[in-house]
Amino acid sequence: MKEKFFNLIFLLAVLVGIISLVVLFVDIISDGYKYLTWDFFTSYASRKAEKSGILAPLAGTLWLISMTAIFTIPVGISTALYLEEFASDNWFTKLIKLNVSNLAGVPSIIYGLLGLAFFTYTLSLGKSLLAGALTMTLLILPIVIIASQEAIRTIPPSLKDAAYALGATKWEVSRTVILPHSIGGIMSGIILAMSRAVGETAPILIISSLVFITMVPSGPMDRFTVLPLQIYTWAAFPQEEFRAIASTGIIVLLFILISMNSIAIFIRLKNQD
Amino acid sequence: MQNSYTTRKLTRRKTEEFIVVNLLRLSGVISIVTTIGIISILGVNSIPFFSEVGFKEFFTGLKWTPLFIPQNFGILPLVNGTFLVAFIAATTALVFGLGSAFYLSEYASRNFRKIIKPFLEILAGIPTVVYGYFALTFVTPIIQFFFPETIIFNALSAGIVMGIMIIPMVSTLSEDAMSAVPLSLREAAYALGAKKYQVALRVVFPSAISGIVASFILAISRAIGETMIVSLAAGGKPALTLNPLEAIQTMTAFIVTVSQGETQQGSVEYNSIFAVGLLLFFLTFMMNIIGRLIVTKYAQQYE
Repeated sequence: MKEKFFNLIFLLAVLVGIISLVVLFVDIISDGYKYLTWDFFTSYASRKAEKSGILAPLAGTLWLISMTAIFTIPVGISTALYLEEFASDNWFTKLIKLNVSNLAGVPSIIYGLLGLAFFTYTLSLGKSLLAGALTMTLLILPIVIIASQEAIRTIPPSLKDAAYALGATKWEVSRTVILPHSIGGIMSGIILAMSRAVGETAPILIISSLVFITMVPSGPMDRFTVLPLQIYTWAAFPQEEFRAIASTGIIVLLFILISMNSIAIFIRLKNQD
Repeated sequence: MQNSYTTRKLTRRKTEEFIVVNLLRLSGVISIVTTIGIISILGVNSIPFFSEVGFKEFFTGLKWTPLFIPQNFGILPLVNGTFLVAFIAATTALVFGLGSAFYLSEYASRNFRKIIKPFLEILAGIPTVVYGYFALTFVTPIIQFFFPETIIFNALSAGIVMGIMIIPMVSTLSEDAMSAVPLSLREAAYALGAKKYQVALRVVFPSAISGIVASFILAISRAIGETMIVSLAAGGKPALTLNPLEAIQTMTAFIVTVSQGETQQGSVEYNSIFAVGLLLFFLTFMMNIIGRLIVTKYAQQYE
């Protein structure tokens, strides 16, 4: 009797998470599906909800993520490679490791303040894509480093030892054994980190403030907005129609994120074979 | 001839190795520079704020109205709002996350876990702005249905939704702690005729308690730093209240409010977001360290 009761209670706890997820999806799709037209993708934000679209934020998100990827991938993989293969076990290495895990727990809004004071004002990059991408890079770097470290760690030592026995240097082993074998795991980690960056709102809001942007950025020094920031702006309006169009934006955002996650899972599974 | 060719090749390999090692080390240094950057930027921009406002007013003042005249800079209402929401969130996450961990660790079959885990991962991966929308447009009306006096922006709605968002984190950390409890302890209890729920509650739970406490601390830390849910759903009115049905403002939501407008660099409002940020960084940093210390300590317990 009691046995069944606790079984049920614990199962219900699991189901709360799952049911919330389902309710959230149903709520958002039922709120937003009617604005999901082709025009929604090709129009700029407007003072009228039914004429509003996500062209500018969609382009901004694409720009921001591409630039962030260019900065993050080399630095992230290098750091992971250094920590796993090159660094000797001394205080400096320990400090970097401790530091990386601490950075992963710093609230994203703090990175926004760092970006605002350093990139926007000290380096005079203004409220540009470049300032946003550099901030986003610092934010997701710890995630990329940790994921890459885990991917590198899964390589059997025998493979590396075989290369070392042939007289290869550490860099040669890294280049010919470690990176080719761990690239799948690293890539899936990077895609997951990028999807985190796609959904981040706070740091971009701090750097670029809320502006009415009706242009597609044409270079890294242009002002920009991103999808989650546009959603925030619309959701904060009191009018019902703007809330509905916010949920249409959410449908697009979730679609992008789920696609990215599926690709990451696909790569991970393919890599296991 | 042959010999000098080999030597040259060796030297080139050594040079290459030397360059690569230092390049890689340099990228490792970037992470340290980031931490130093965060601390010094928050610190440097807070100095003019504190020299103008003073520590006494900041930490003991009961009013926070930097954007109005007369300006008041007592942080307590923001801290109050932050911890009110964080407490609701962490409690929600602990109740359901811990229940999930019990089920996944003690009851669920392998196949069930395989199906459930990806759902929890999706739950953890949904952007916070989406949760904010959900809190404001779905959860708040439900709360208002039961408590008609509820204000549209309130701490409860934001807290509950944030708690749902953190369930996967608490569940994973607690489950890890439970899985680390040796099988022999469970078997000893079963041998004495204990039922499954008795093993879960009286053997696994007390043995894993430090890991569970750590997950609660890390959940609070996560909730303190969360920004978009509270900005959308909890309101923008700093208040000293424990009533979850009222509007409050958190530290993060204040930073957002100031940043929405074009604030003059160097003004006291601009500097105030760095002072608030410094406190926020300090609080989350301490909690993360304590949480991780507990996790590390308990992990060694059974080795």
